[in-house]
Amino acid sequence: MPHIYIDGKRIETQSGKTIIEAAYDNGLYVPHFCWHPELSVAGNCRMCLVEVGLPKRLPNGEFETDSNGNIVVSYMPKLQIACATQVADGMHVRINHDKVIKAQEAVMEFLLINHPLDCPICDEAGQCKLQEYAFNHSRGESRFEETKNHKDKRVPWGPNVLFDAERCISCSRCIRFAKEIAKQDVLSFVQRGDHVTIKVQDGAKFDNNYSMNVIDICPVGALTSPDFRFKSRVWDMSFNDSICMGCSRGCNIQIGVRNNEILRIEPKTNMYVNKYWMCDYGRLSYYKKINENRVVSPAVKKNGVQTEVSWDEAISTAASILRKYKPSEMMFVGSGRSSTENNYALARFAKNVAKSVNLDFYERTDQSFADDFLRTNDLNPNSAGCRNVGVSPASDKFSLKKLSENITNGSIKLVYIMDEDFDLEDKYIQALQKAEAIIIHSTNHSKLTEIADVVFASSYFAESEGTFVNTDNRVQYFEPALVTTENLHRMGMKMSRLDKFGAANDRWTQKELRNCRPAWKVLSLLASHFSVNFNYNKSEDVFNDIAHNVGSFNGMSYRLLKKHQGIIVGKSSNPDPVRHNYESHYMKPN
Amino acid sequence: MNINSENIEKNRMNFWEKIYLPEIARGLGLTLKRMFRPKMTRQYPEERWEPLGSYRGRPVLVEEDGKERCVACGLCSRVCPALAIEVQAAETTDDKERFPAKFEINMLRCIYCGYCEEVCPEEAIVMSKDYELVFASQESAIMDKEQLLVPVAQLQDRLEFLRRYK
Repeated sequence: MPHIYIDGKRIETQSGKTIIEAAYDNGLYVPHFCWHPELSVAGNCRMCLVEVGLPKRLPNGEFETDSNGNIVVSYMPKLQIACATQVADGMHVRINHDKVIKAQEAVMEFLLINHPLDCPICDEAGQCKLQEYAFNHSRGESRFEETKNHKDKRVPWGPNVLFDAERCISCSRCIRFAKEIAKQDVLSFVQRGDHVTIKVQDGAKFDNNYSMNVIDICPVGALTSPDFRFKSRVWDMSFNDSICMGCSRGCNIQIGVRNNEILRIEPKTNMYVNKYWMCDYGRLSYYKKINENRVVSPAVKKNGVQTEVSWDEAISTAASILRKYKPSEMMFVGSGRSSTENNYALARFAKNVAKSVNLDFYERTDQSFADDFLRTNDLNPNSAGCRNVGVSPASDKFSLKKLSENITNGSIKLVYIMDEDFDLEDKYIQALQKAEAIIIHSTNHSKLTEIADVVFASSYFAESEGTFVNTDNRVQYFEPALVTTENLHRMGMKMSRLDKFGAANDRWTQKELRNCRPAWKVLSLLASHFSVNFNYNKSEDVFNDIAHNVGSFNGMSYRLLKKHQGIIVGKSSNPDPVRHNYESHYMKPN
Repeated sequence: MNINSENIEKNRMNFWEKIYLPEIARGLGLTLKRMFRPKMTRQYPEERWEPLGSYRGRPVLVEEDGKERCVACGLCSRVCPALAIEVQAAETTDDKERFPAKFEINMLRCIYCGYCEEVCPEEAIVMSKDYELVFASQESAIMDKEQLLVPVAQLQDRLEFLRRYK
C-alpha cells in the first residue's frame, strides 16, 4: 500500500486516490470549493493548491539526507491542485505552508473580486463556504477599487431553484450534479472571463426530482430555495437528525426548526442510504402537514359531538369501549408512517391485552413515484418495520383489504387505528362509517377524526424519538426536532437559541405546544386499565423490548444505531463499518 | 464592666458638639451660600435635557425615503445579549430584495448596550436620544416597526457621531 506524508504526517492510502481524498480519509482538511466526493473532478476553483514533492535520490538510488539525517524533498516549483493530483508512494505534501497559504489568499482575492459581498441579505450566510474561507484563508481586506460586475439576480432555473449569478463563483458543482447525479444535463457555462455565468438550456427547465440538492452543494448563496427564501437565518434554527417519511428509502435528514415550526428539511450524509442527496418531494411535501392542521389535544365523542378532554378521561373512555367487544370483533390497524416502537406496542397490546389477532397496516404504494435513484414505490417509511414486529393479520380473512366486508357482515365492530388516515383511498373511510366504534391515534385532522369516538392526539416522527426500517431492512434511529408538552423537558439544548431562552412574554416563542403523545405511551397507559404493565417509560424501553423479543432485532440498541447510522435487520453482530463522512464545512451537511 | 459603654460617641463629644446648634448654623450657612450660585438642577418635565450625539437612548430604525434602511439581516438580533430584538425578513421586488416584515424590540429586555448599532452593516439601527420610556403594560413595551421608525433627519447627531468614532 502506498504511503504519503502530509505536513510530515505519514498516511497510508490506496493508489489511484487523489491527495484530497487521502487527506479526507484521514481527517485532514484541504480547503476547496469545486471538489465534491460524489462528483467528477473539475479542478477549476484552484483553492486546494498544495505543495507536492518527492524525496531526492542519490545516483546509487538511495535517499539524499541533510546534515541532520532528514530526507531532502524536492518540491515542485509550482503548486498542484490536491483534487486532481494522484498520490504516489513516498510523496510529500504541504498544506500548512507559507507558499500554500499565500496561494490560498490570492485565490480568495480573485474569487471575491466580483462577489457582491451581500451576506446580510443572503440565505447562505452562516453556512457559506466562501464566507468561512474569507475568514480563515483570506487577507481580510480587498485591494479591488474598480466597480464590480453586475449580473442577473433571481433567475428561476426551475420550480424549486433560484439562481443569483452575481454570487456565483463558477465552481461548476451544480453543472456536474445535473449531468452526473440527476441525469438532466441542461446546465452549462456561457460567456467567458469575468462575464461567465450559468444558464439553463433554451426551452429547458431544471426540474428533475433531485433539483434542490444543488442548493446544498452550492458553496455560496448563488442557488437558493424559493420555498425557504428569507424565512429564517440559519443560526436561529435548530437542526436535529431525523429520517425522511416521504418513501421507504429512509433518507437521513436534518430538520430545521424555529419557533416550534419546521422551516426546512435538508439531507444528512449517510453513505449506506442516501449518500448526500434527497428528493425534492421529501423536502417540500410533508413538513407543512406537520406544521398545520394538527390534532393538539385528545378528544372524545359525547352525544355525537367531539369534545376535548384530558388524557386520563380519553384513555379510560377508550378502555370502557374496548371492554364492550369480544376480541374477534376488534380490528387493529397499525401504520407504516409510525415508528417501529409504536407498531410493536400496538401489536403487543392487540395480542396480549385485547387478545385479538386481527392486526394489519395500510400499504401505501404508488408505482409512478419510484425512480431509479432514491425514490421507491412504497410511500410508507416503515412498512418493513411493521412486518418485522408482527403487524400482519393471522388469516387473510381479517386483513385490512377485507375490512369493508367484515364491517358490513358484522364480524368487525370496533376498529382501533393508529396514526393512519387512509389519505390515498376514500373507500376505507366509507367502510368505517358503518363501524360501531372507532378509536384512533391521529396526528392531523381528517375525515377520520370526525367520525372517531376517541381521538388520541399523536406525535409525528419529528416530535418523538424512534426507529424506521427502510426498504433495505435498515433500522434507522431518529430524534425529536419539535417540542411538545410531552418531550419539553428533554428537548432543552436541542432547541434553537431563541426558543431556548424565550420567556412567556416574548412574542417570538408564541407557537403553542401541542399536547400530543407517541402511541406507545398511550397504549401502555391503556394496557394498565386492563391490569397489564408494559413497563415503558421512554421510547428506548420499547426498543429494548423489541430487541429482546423480536429475533431479527437482537443485539440492537439506540446507541449502536446512532453510531453505525443504522443497522440492517439481523446483522447487529456484523453491522456496516462506521464511515468517516465528508462534511464540507460548518453547519452544512454536504 | 461593659467596656463598650465607655467609648460611645456621645461620651467623646464636648458640650457644644452635644447641643448641635453650631453645626445646624453651619449647615444653614452652606445652604445660604449655594442660593447665590448658578443652579445645578433643572425643572425636569418643563425643562428637558437634550443629550449629545454620544448618548445611547432607545434604539430606533432609520427611515429614509419613506422606507426603512434595514434589510432584515438579523445580525442585531443575533448580537443582542438580552435577546430583545426579533426580526422576520420577507422578499420585495426592489434591488435590495429583502425587508423586515416584522421588527420588534422588547424594551423591557433592552439594556442599551448599543451592540445592535455597532454590528449593523447598513447603519439602519441607531441609538436615539429618547430616554423617556414609560410603559403601562408588558405588551406595550414591545415596540413594532411603526413605533421604531424615525426619519433620518432627526438622527443626524448620532449618525455624525458614528461616522467619526465607530
